[in-house]
Amino acid sequence: MMDGAAAARFPEASARALGDENLQAALRLLGEGFQARRTDAVERFAAFEDARDAAVAAKTRTLRHLDRHLETFEARCREHGGVVHWAETPADARQIVLELLTDRGVRVLSKGKTMVAEEIGLNGFLEANGIEVIETDLGEYIIQLAEEAPSHIIVPAIHKTMPQVADLFRQHHDQTGAELFPRRTPADLVAEARAVLRGRFLEADAGLTGANFLVAETGSSVIVTNEGNGDLTQTLPQLHIVLATIEKVVPTLADGAAILRVLARSATGQDMSAYTTVSTGPRRPSDVDGPAEYHVVLVDNGRSRLLGTPAEEVLRCIRCGACMNHCPVYGAVGGHAYGWVYPGPIGAALTPALLGVETARHLPNASSLCGRCEEVCPMRIPLPKIFRYWREQEHAARLNSGRMRLGLAIWGWLAARPRLYRLATGAAMRVLSRLAGRSRRFRSLFLASGWTQSRDFPAPAGRTFLNSWKQRS
Amino acid sequence: MSVPGSESGRGRVGLFVTCLADLFRPSVAWASVRLLEQAGFEVTVPDRQTCCGQPAYNAGDLPTARRVARGILDAFEPFDYVVAPSGSCAGMLRLHLGRLFESEPDTATRAEQLARRTHELTEFLVDVAGWTGVAASFPHRVTYHDSCSSLREMAVRDQPRALMAQVQGLELVELGDRDVCCGFGGTFCVKYPDISTKMVSDKTAAIAATGAETVLAGDLGCLLNIAGRLAREGRPVACRHVAEVLAGTNGTDPIVPVGP
Ligand code: SF4
Repeated sequence: MMDGAAAARFPEASARALGDENLQAALRLLGEGFQARRTDAVERFAAFEDARDAAVAAKTRTLRHLDRHLETFEARCREHGGVVHWAETPADARQIVLELLTDRGVRVLSKGKTMVAEEIGLNGFLEANGIEVIETDLGEYIIQLAEEAPSHIIVPAIHKTMPQVADLFRQHHDQTGAELFPRRTPADLVAEARAVLRGRFLEADAGLTGANFLVAETGSSVIVTNEGNGDLTQTLPQLHIVLATIEKVVPTLADGAAILRVLARSATGQDMSAYTTVSTGPRRPSDVDGPAEYHVVLVDNGRSRLLGTPAEEVLRCIRCGACMNHCPVYGAVGGHAYGWVYPGPIGAALTPALLGVETARHLPNASSLCGRCEEVCPMRIPLPKIFRYWREQEHAARLNSGRMRLGLAIWGWLAARPRLYRLATGAAMRVLSRLAGRSRRFRSLFLASGWTQSRDFPAPAGRTFLNSWKQRS
Repeated sequence: MSVPGSESGRGRVGLFVTCLADLFRPSVAWASVRLLEQAGFEVTVPDRQTCCGQPAYNAGDLPTARRVARGILDAFEPFDYVVAPSGSCAGMLRLHLGRLFESEPDTATRAEQLARRTHELTEFLVDVAGWTGVAASFPHRVTYHDSCSSLREMAVRDQPRALMAQVQGLELVELGDRDVCCGFGGTFCVKYPDISTKMVSDKTAAIAATGAETVLAGDLGCLLNIAGRLAREGRPVACRHVAEVLAGTNGTDPIVPVGP
């Protein structure tokens, strides 16, 4: 499992990321790629704002009676021959999956893209228990070869440049006997990965996928992909396991459709993803293919605790990635600096809830509160407001730095006493202004090294406005 | 000069100076007074004001933010309008003040009423006053930086441009990626200086790419950040608050004089 403690080392990790030239080259593509494509998609779709409202309304309604919708889901899923398992903790979820596999003698598991599996640390756990895991999503496959964690929720290997991927393939594919390609273009790399993976799909005895959402009224799970890998993962083997967190349920298919209308547009700028697959129970006698068994593992891992708190709105998230695609902080440091499964603004809002503010306190602080994430979030999640909420929790628990607390206390004490404030700031500005001399700037300044390491500090004018104003009137 | 109780007055404006203009760049406040008076308003500068409380609010220190906010309520209640030459401070008063007093309904009501009367300067001049009387000349190529709070909290984007279009000789070249943050973010810029530096460097590169001699903005926080980085990089671009140019009070030096 990704070590949650890494989230506490955000400052060091982000400094490293800023100095990593390959990463910086990879991140530069965010602006030209994802941002531009989303803008186009939104402009093409006149009703986008209405679609957003509808999706938000659907999810808000769901969360109000989450327990009821989950029960309906379980009942319907069972009617269709599926089995629902409830997991409160990551350990519970891992154990349930392992038992499903070992009871059936499964040795090889193919896997579609699922962030929940990262969240519960599934791959490492299964491998330690003798089960081979084959990632079938191209991005997940690349980082599996590199033995890394995803750095983006929809583009897990976004931090890798093409030459780096070509290198990985050289190391891992040359001995497989699969058809190889020149590895000069992205298309070459995709073709080669396909050739290698095609053989592997057939080896798997079970397939595991996530779910973009679950539909209560039909007991179905729905995934959207562009590579079609999810379909092969869930239809070829005899056992299909769906891993999903509890907030993924929506009451009706129509609610799911409301989400689909904004999901791909926000994520990749497509009107729809290439494949949208609805799975309802195992294969029926009349079906041409499909698994013999269909299991859904519903994971809570702290979600139900969030209900009713000011951070509950993060549960509307549909994991489209738009917030990170547009975040200048994510764009500067990439996903690994966040130190846990969910990077970018949604990570900064969600990680403190799942790992605790103490561990994750940097993430909601490392934001200029510019609000671009909220602006593009299809589910209108007020991410900056949630960052502030975590900062409030941090301050109340006295987890922020003593220097910060002292500074705020002194400043606040003064700012609430205008006359004294006027005297103190008047004197301070006079001194600073004189010290600056003719250059009108400071190249370094006591207690302001964070500023002056890269910026000059502009000198104040000398007399404050309010002190001058008193003489005018 | 303001004419108290003047018959031609269109209403009483309480100028929220902002702590940065008060301490660092009084010319922004003088320019604001002048613009508001030109537009026909009676301007008062309540002397009990200090700061909008954002440093505490954004740091999660609600008790301190509340203490500062009470002072604002007392100081600004008597006016028809509260106007600030900053989208950030105006945004604090309009969108966040009420939230501070969720557990005190009476104070929350006062805060909501104040919020409704609060405006960012250019937004006030254009949308509320309908003013088109800019009498200034600035024969330079300029670019404009939209602050995030102006853009996203106060819906200020076209208003400063409508006013700049009235300035004689001013040629506006728009920035690339103009809706992206400059990396100031209050204490963010000193708590995460490396990330902030990356952000402001992207911004100064975009500014340089326009070929503008001057960059204007409506928020001093961004301007101090951008000016400081431009100066460190030795890029010869001057930084000013847009109010100074609109009021024709740009005789003062830019924020950090251009040159070594
Ligand atoms: S927070 Fe919003 S923008 Fe970010 S991944 Fe979730 S739904 Fe998408």
